[in-house]
Amino acid sequence: MEKVKLYIDGKEIITSRGSTVLEAALSNGIYIPNLCHHPDLKPSGNCRMCIVEIEGRKGQVISCMTEVEEGMVVRTESQEISLVRQTTLELLHANHTQDCTNCHSNNTCKLQEVTAFVGVDEERLSRLRRSRPEIPVDDSNPFFTLDHNKCIMCGICIRTCDEVQGVNALDYGFRGFSTLVSTYNNQPIKESVCESCGECVVRCPVGALYVKESKVPTHEVKTVCAYCGVGCNIYLGIRGNKIVSARGDRESIVNKGRLCVKGRYGYSFVDHPDRLRTPLKKTNGSFEEISWDEAFDIISEKFLKSKNKFAALTSAKVTNEDNYVIQKFTRAVMGTNNIDHCARLCHAPTVSGLVQSFGSGAMTNSIDEFTGAKTIFSIGSNTTAAHPIIGLHIKEAKRRGAKIIVANPKEIDLCRFADIYMQHYPGTDVVLLMGMINVILEEGLQDSEFIKTRCEGYDELLSSIAGFDIDSVSEITGVPANTIRDAARLYAVNKPASLVYAMGITQHSHGTDNVLAVSNLALVTGNIGRESSGVNPLRGQNNVQGACDMGGLPNVYPGYQPVESKQAAAKFEKAWSARLSRENGLTHTEYFTEIEKGNIKALYQVGENPVLSEADANHVKKALDKLDFFVVQDIFLTQTAKYADIVLPACSFAEKDGTFTNTERRVQRVRKAVDPPGEAKDDWWITCEIAKRMGAAGFDYENVTDIVEEINSLTPSYAGITFDRIREEGIQWPCTVSDHKGTKFLHAEKFARSSGKGRLFPLLYKASVELPDEEYPLLLTTDRSLYHYHTSTMTGRVSGLKDIEETELLRINPADAQKMGLKKGDKVSVKSRRGIIKVMADIDHSCPEGVASLTFHFPDAPTNELTICALDPVSKIPETKVCAVRIETCNSE
Amino acid sequence: MSSIKIKLKKQDIDKIKEITASFNNEEHELINVLHKCQQHFGYLPAEVQEVISDEMDIPTAKIYGIVTFYSFFTMTPKGKNPISICMGTACYVRGGEKVLDEFKKELGIEAGQTTKDGKFSISSLRCVGACGLAPVVLIGEKTYGRVAPDDVKEILAEYK
Ligand code: SF4
Ligand code: SF4
Ligand code: SF4
Ligand code: FES
Ligand code: FES
Repeated sequence: MEKVKLYIDGKEIITSRGSTVLEAALSNGIYIPNLCHHPDLKPSGNCRMCIVEIEGRKGQVISCMTEVEEGMVVRTESQEISLVRQTTLELLHANHTQDCTNCHSNNTCKLQEVTAFVGVDEERLSRLRRSRPEIPVDDSNPFFTLDHNKCIMCGICIRTCDEVQGVNALDYGFRGFSTLVSTYNNQPIKESVCESCGECVVRCPVGALYVKESKVPTHEVKTVCAYCGVGCNIYLGIRGNKIVSARGDRESIVNKGRLCVKGRYGYSFVDHPDRLRTPLKKTNGSFEEISWDEAFDIISEKFLKSKNKFAALTSAKVTNEDNYVIQKFTRAVMGTNNIDHCARLCHAPTVSGLVQSFGSGAMTNSIDEFTGAKTIFSIGSNTTAAHPIIGLHIKEAKRRGAKIIVANPKEIDLCRFADIYMQHYPGTDVVLLMGMINVILEEGLQDSEFIKTRCEGYDELLSSIAGFDIDSVSEITGVPANTIRDAARLYAVNKPASLVYAMGITQHSHGTDNVLAVSNLALVTGNIGRESSGVNPLRGQNNVQGACDMGGLPNVYPGYQPVESKQAAAKFEKAWSARLSRENGLTHTEYFTEIEKGNIKALYQVGENPVLSEADANHVKKALDKLDFFVVQDIFLTQTAKYADIVLPACSFAEKDGTFTNTERRVQRVRKAVDPPGEAKDDWWITCEIAKRMGAAGFDYENVTDIVEEINSLTPSYAGITFDRIREEGIQWPCTVSDHKGTKFLHAEKFARSSGKGRLFPLLYKASVELPDEEYPLLLTTDRSLYHYHTSTMTGRVSGLKDIEETELLRINPADAQKMGLKKGDKVSVKSRRGIIKVMADIDHSCPEGVASLTFHFPDAPTNELTICALDPVSKIPETKVCAVRIETCNSE
Repeated sequence: MSSIKIKLKKQDIDKIKEITASFNNEEHELINVLHKCQQHFGYLPAEVQEVISDEMDIPTAKIYGIVTFYSFFTMTPKGKNPISICMGTACYVRGGEKVLDEFKKELGIEAGQTTKDGKFSISSLRCVGACGLAPVVLIGEKTYGRVAPDDVKEILAEYK
């Protein structure tokens, strides 16, 4: 970047062109008082505290609004300047509550800082001081308060909500003496569009916006958020053995200091009284506390007896090291590949699909690359709700001029930023995507060079494309033909384009086809294998990528080495000194049918809640009743744990050391911040103890580092990711040796398939298995809320999150509501062929006519009792996105 | 997102859309759009602001900020007989404020509000250019000059 030389208070300063005088001064250790400046925001020049004098210019200039120029001579102090600053400051103080000692921002307040520097004249001040009527504080938000009486009108919160968060919940309202930071219609913040991210609270320079239950921590621990797959880096503030604060790590490339409401305020579940503290044993239908020894004795005896009828569910919430040990136990000690986890229910088609087309089933690019894309195409992903910080990256890209295409059956929040929005009918993704490819080919917009040199299967693709003519595509998807054309052109031409998808693509009985359609589109346009250009499946849980990488799957060892490969099996047999099964194990969804058939008798489940999360949940419950022996290892007594014979208390993320791998393949350090409650233990330790009692060798790890070393030695893609190297910043796999920097984006030169080429696939339209009919006239799809996570075992125990969103709401279109005579807030029963639940109706335009939606977060409204367990034949994922339901009012109750 | 409460009639929504479209939905025309809408509806209720926000892609909080900033915008419907009391210098000096207070007392509402029965609303104005008659009160199209607080009851009686 071009450099400029200037002089501030006689000091020579070299800085980049484009920076402001204030920035140049501050970054060179020269203080200029300022109140409305924030490094993340565009300057607004409204506090006038940063005035300086510049040779050759008249009067004072506002340094935060003035760009540096070659040879500029700046003075930051003079009698004039002091006087203006003092007067401005006195006016601010005159309207400000005089209550520093009681204020949350005492000692960190910028008004104090500036006052100490500038000084005020007490006498003048007391004359100025007005008895402004006390304005009521807005404490409606469960996490933070806005005290207008301390507000200095710097506008930082307003600009943050606009420029950082893109929500625009706040603006100045009213005028003159009555000017206020106000929400729309001056309603309480909780009733406004505010998303409670707390970004404005973090940036407020004074005590006007403050966190309600905050305490100053004695120390902080750097770790990773335990909610979603974004993997934000977070500092937990600790006092005693309690987490009292959380803040984003500004140095982190993943989140750059930002956090969503869950990450910032959702940690109080950690010391919730419901935490499991001791092992439990069920006798006569109720649980009693037992010792670890007793628990281990029972478990080892039962497991030894059920070696041929055993299955394990590992967890996308626990660390890589936990996952590694659990799969090793299952394979080496129990002698079976019946190991799986909830990735089966979310991204199994990603793994099966992208492995076929690209050779690797993970996000091809990094989160940080979104801001460099010219086009971002989000399909089947409610990005701002399910992956909020990636949502912010996309909004930032938009601000930098990127075009946004959204395809989603629901009009999601991201549509506010969309240049093109396609509201396609649920389950018609293959049609939509192949239709776009057809347009691209017809108009000659494909990347022929890329197809020729880097792809195979083009002719096969062509053979199936004819069926997707634009008129049929438009009719099946319900999207106007011209919109599809525009989207296709934009994605093909405005490069680099990055495609983002999530469960709207995967959770279908043709989920693998959907993924292949996505990869076809990327390959045909050459939008892959480059910076800011690729196919990016957003993984749901904090460590679902890691659980897959660690071999928590029935067909692969760690690092996706196939269990059916002789070579791989031999390698692991040698390393683990055990006989290993060469047969693929059963999948998560198959477990329950096999349990019912009596082929599985013992189940070992870590950190999972299938009673709420598995499609057609009633069949899961029936199956669990049939088990001979069921062990659940978790942090709370979940709905599923109630079916267990033995329950084992585990550590939460805040109580353990290890690593999580986020959705962009970045392996990051998780650190112990507090001691676990009662006798809760590390997951890996528990599994090792069981193994040892069963007489197995190879489970005497002293600590996590030992496990990491074993992972390094057996997993090529993790070989270079040692514990030491990721102390500060995580590394993205593949990272094969200890001086490898990791891989920012995949498939740069060649694809990870054996031929080195990307594969195109011919596809057919397959309709969803259960579509609406006369008896069940509405299509039910499933969605996520920003405020809750999975089956809300954690978020449901954070009172503020419950306060914001207490219960399930059925979203339904006003036209359908009118037909049924439904009003907002009516209690309705939602019935499918498999179950019935009762919820409140919420009427809005987010769902098109004929479609309704539910989340699956709430135990009192178990949505998955309605969903259908129709499986994708390749990946075995159930079709949780489409089933048919009937809605009836039940107000009489 | 579609956050419209379904209170406005379809033709009202169409009217707002027509107005925003006539300004090409351009953000810098917001004040003019608000003006036109207020001319049409007589005031700018929340629902109208929400449609404008949707159409012009401007955050509701920002529109609200502007509506509350300029005194000529109002979020309450005017009464059938809108009472405007001049607060220009001449009228103020000759007791305009007392007249205003009397109206408030008589009707039991503040400036900017409308009586429950919708009959009267009160607002204050800048100089209306009839300083010779100060203090001046306008009710609808009719002008009253040299109004004293004692006259207020009588004036109101005309409209009851
Ligand atoms: S609330 Fe804080 S950030 Fe917002 S304007 Fe007031 S002082 Fe500035
Ligand atoms: S908490 Fe977030 S969404 Fe809410 S006002 Fe502040 S910045 Fe905006
Ligand atoms: S975006 Fe995901 S990882 Fe980041 S703070 Fe929110 S829940 Fe945590
Ligand atoms: S910091 Fe420059 S005007 Fe406020
Ligand atoms: S001041 Fe009232 S008419 Fe001029």
